[in-house]
Amino acid sequence: MEPLAIADKLKKKFPDDVLDIVEARKQVGVILRRDHIVEICGWLHDDPDLLFDHLLGLCGVDYRPKGRGFEVVYNLYSIHNRHMIRLRADIPEDECWLDSVIPVWRGADWHERECYDLLGIEFRGHPDLRRILLPEDWQGHPLRKDYPLSPTKKTEWQGYEELKELSKALRVHGFQQESSNSKTAQHLVKEAGNGGT
Amino acid sequence: MAALEQRSMEIPIPAQEKELFALKMGPQHPATHGVLRLDLFLDGETIAICKPDVGYLHRGFEKIAENKSYAQFLPITDRLDYIGAMANNVGYCHAVETLLNIEVPERANYIRTIVAEMSRISGHLLWLATHALDIGAMTVFLYCFREREILLDLFEELCGARLTTSYTRLGGVRQDVSALFMDNLTKFTDDFPTKIADYETLIDTNRIWLKRTQNIGVISGKQAVQLGFTGPTLRGSGVDYDVRKHRPYCVYDRLDFQVPLGRKGDIYDRYLCRMEEFRQSVAIIKQCLEQLPPGPIVNDDAPDLIMPITPQRKVAADSIGSSGIIQLMEDRNIYMEGDVYVSTEAPKGELGFYFVSDGEGRPYRMHIRSPSFIHIGGIPAICEGEMVADVIACIGSLDVVLGECDR
Amino acid sequence: MAEINFTKLLVHLVVLVDVVLLHVAYATYFERKVIGHMQMRMGPTRVGPMGLLQPIADGIKLFFKEDIIPAAADRPLFYAAPIICLVAMLSCLAVLPFDPNHVLADLNIGLIFIFAMSSLASYGVVLAGWASNSKYSFLGGMRSMSQVISYEIAMGLSLVGVMMMTGSLNLGQIVAAQAASPFGIYAIPQFIGFFVFVVSMLAETNRVPFDLPEAETELVAGYCTEYSGIRFSLFFMAEYIGMIVMASIGTICFLGGWNGPFTVPYVPFFWFLLKIYAIMFFFFWVRATLPRYRYDQLMDLGWKFLIPLALANILLTGLMKTVLE
Repeated sequence: MEPLAIADKLKKKFPDDVLDIVEARKQVGVILRRDHIVEICGWLHDDPDLLFDHLLGLCGVDYRPKGRGFEVVYNLYSIHNRHMIRLRADIPEDECWLDSVIPVWRGADWHERECYDLLGIEFRGHPDLRRILLPEDWQGHPLRKDYPLSPTKKTEWQGYEELKELSKALRVHGFQQESSNSKTAQHLVKEAGNGGT
Repeated sequence: MAALEQRSMEIPIPAQEKELFALKMGPQHPATHGVLRLDLFLDGETIAICKPDVGYLHRGFEKIAENKSYAQFLPITDRLDYIGAMANNVGYCHAVETLLNIEVPERANYIRTIVAEMSRISGHLLWLATHALDIGAMTVFLYCFREREILLDLFEELCGARLTTSYTRLGGVRQDVSALFMDNLTKFTDDFPTKIADYETLIDTNRIWLKRTQNIGVISGKQAVQLGFTGPTLRGSGVDYDVRKHRPYCVYDRLDFQVPLGRKGDIYDRYLCRMEEFRQSVAIIKQCLEQLPPGPIVNDDAPDLIMPITPQRKVAADSIGSSGIIQLMEDRNIYMEGDVYVSTEAPKGELGFYFVSDGEGRPYRMHIRSPSFIHIGGIPAICEGEMVADVIACIGSLDVVLGECDR
Repeated sequence: MAEINFTKLLVHLVVLVDVVLLHVAYATYFERKVIGHMQMRMGPTRVGPMGLLQPIADGIKLFFKEDIIPAAADRPLFYAAPIICLVAMLSCLAVLPFDPNHVLADLNIGLIFIFAMSSLASYGVVLAGWASNSKYSFLGGMRSMSQVISYEIAMGLSLVGVMMMTGSLNLGQIVAAQAASPFGIYAIPQFIGFFVFVVSMLAETNRVPFDLPEAETELVAGYCTEYSGIRFSLFFMAEYIGMIVMASIGTICFLGGWNGPFTVPYVPFFWFLLKIYAIMFFFFWVRATLPRYRYDQLMDLGWKFLIPLALANILLTGLMKTVLE
């Protein structure tokens, strides 16, 4: 089916949930209210004409600088019918959550964890919503637009600070200690200088 | 410091499973192909629970992309799947060209197809080498590296780099193929099928190999689609999904090739699929070499740093400090607002790029759909119930690269 | 009288151990060269002419490496384990007849003694796995124990045929009886026994395709994961001495020991060494060719295939012996 036809069909089935249909480069995105996302996905997955069995990807976008909230984007593909559609669930800034689509696509598990990790969008009903790419005690969500590009000492990850402390403590065993306190080091430098001339 | 230790020791154990033997495999382990960590809970030597843990190689590529121009991000795609950098370059450029609506000349498309298939062969060679080594067949490893070396030399001849190629450009490729490259590649395509036969004699009929791979790590086609698998890993389960056939890019719609499918979805079927892909890739390269048309290798209107630098371009490139290139591109007004998702068939599976553009010279948001990330997410479904030794074979058969997984 | 014997014994002992250790060193060189050429590369070439000094360089390196002992290890056992391994393997050498006149201890139960000692070596491995206090070592040790127990039975049974044909457990007498037999070697009439022996020989010495205790892709390095430097090299030596001992038993029991098609003057052990080298070559060849079995498949093979086969062989040998007499 043509993407626009799919979008129309979706709009006919869920008229209240579809906010907008946008087309770009022959790809169609349907902007949705977030409330019935699992139902809509389930319908897209099971409807015999559509059969969107393959979740290509799931990611979040931070639209707050554009004056909107967040968006979670689902790229769907039907291996059987060979057509594509994009769902964009609109999420208000202050209530940053969405229902998990794991019941529809098992593979959404890690995508949702990643989205939670990097954008801080909470997926309700997810069985194991932990950080995935970043350490468990990381502060903040890097893909948000207000996340600082270079950390100050205060916002630096604590684990890195600990590691620096540790390496300082272990420096006594290293080579630096030897070369800095002994006369031989200076001597060697001198010799190297002579050799050079 | 205490906090650091505590953090690394923490494995969430389900309450009723306290009796199990917990084994942390990785991130420093010879067979986890990079920095993958698996928290295994063993019942004897059988895996009761398997929890993959990733992120040790996370470099924040998606954040980096938001702060670079489209052309500047290209070298970073080399570092995704560092075994098949060419395929990533092709995939990235194809995606950006779709977004910016840039035409690619015919010849460049053919060259891209050739290098993408070469990187598929070299990626699969590395997979076969390490997969066989994981199962204990040591000689195959070195045989595969012998052929991979030829391919890397060819890449070097083509663009000067062996691994991090950055060969494609927006609107074409960086350099034309040389006569030496053509000769050597023709020779390689002639020789390589006999080498594939060599590998097959070494392992294909080996009783131990069959015992270690058949009926192990089985995943049905339905399950594999549910988990979002792509590439040879999905096709091993008998699902006919290949981006090259479904949404053709470059010149794949003009070429004659088959997509091999497995039947059972065990390790052996995935192995057979990839072995057949060697032959299909060679066939594709041969056809491309025959059909390679003359003409320009890059679209002259393409906004990029491409050589030769015209005086006007050079000025623009020098003023890069104030985003000169972006300025140049904005003058042409080729940007649009909106989003696209474009994917290509990388050696590991479907490599997709999702761009959100707000009309500036850099992506507002870029998401990389990396096959390895999704395949690693599927490891528990494949491994649980198998034995420790099979975990290694299963990871090997999925062909994952952690650089791509963690991004 | 006793004094002279003691001196002679000591000289004999020192020479034997030195020769065997030299063989161990050059077995590693031989292995690297053989596998290298099978894999279309050169093997060691840098140290000395054709890389001939490589094993010595390796030895020096291992000797001077830092000896790291994990903090959580059980120290006495951790120290003892490699030594138990090495001593057990070295004591096997005592009963091996290299030619009619050169045997350190001509025991009447030579074969049983070797079995006992090689089983004892697996104690060292298990203790190493336990004392390291590491999970990989532990799994490696457990695997090694069950593997050795299973394959010891198969190996013992495979040699029962030979014992029946000879009527002796003395290794010298086995060779002598073999020379008198119609084929000159037992590998032909005892081909089933020989096959079972070869397979269990690979398993006993933890070699590919049965190198599960130290399966590097699963268990990092198995029982010797936590060992380093000289202690690691003791394990390494024990493994190679084990290979030499197994090759010797194979030579003595199935390939006719020191007897050959003609006598080589001044070198009575020529044929014996040649046969050992051939078997060692076989070890390396297998290593370059085969993948690794899985733990349960290994057990299946041992218990469900090799042991019944060896038992059938005993029955067959007995029948043949009765019929022929």
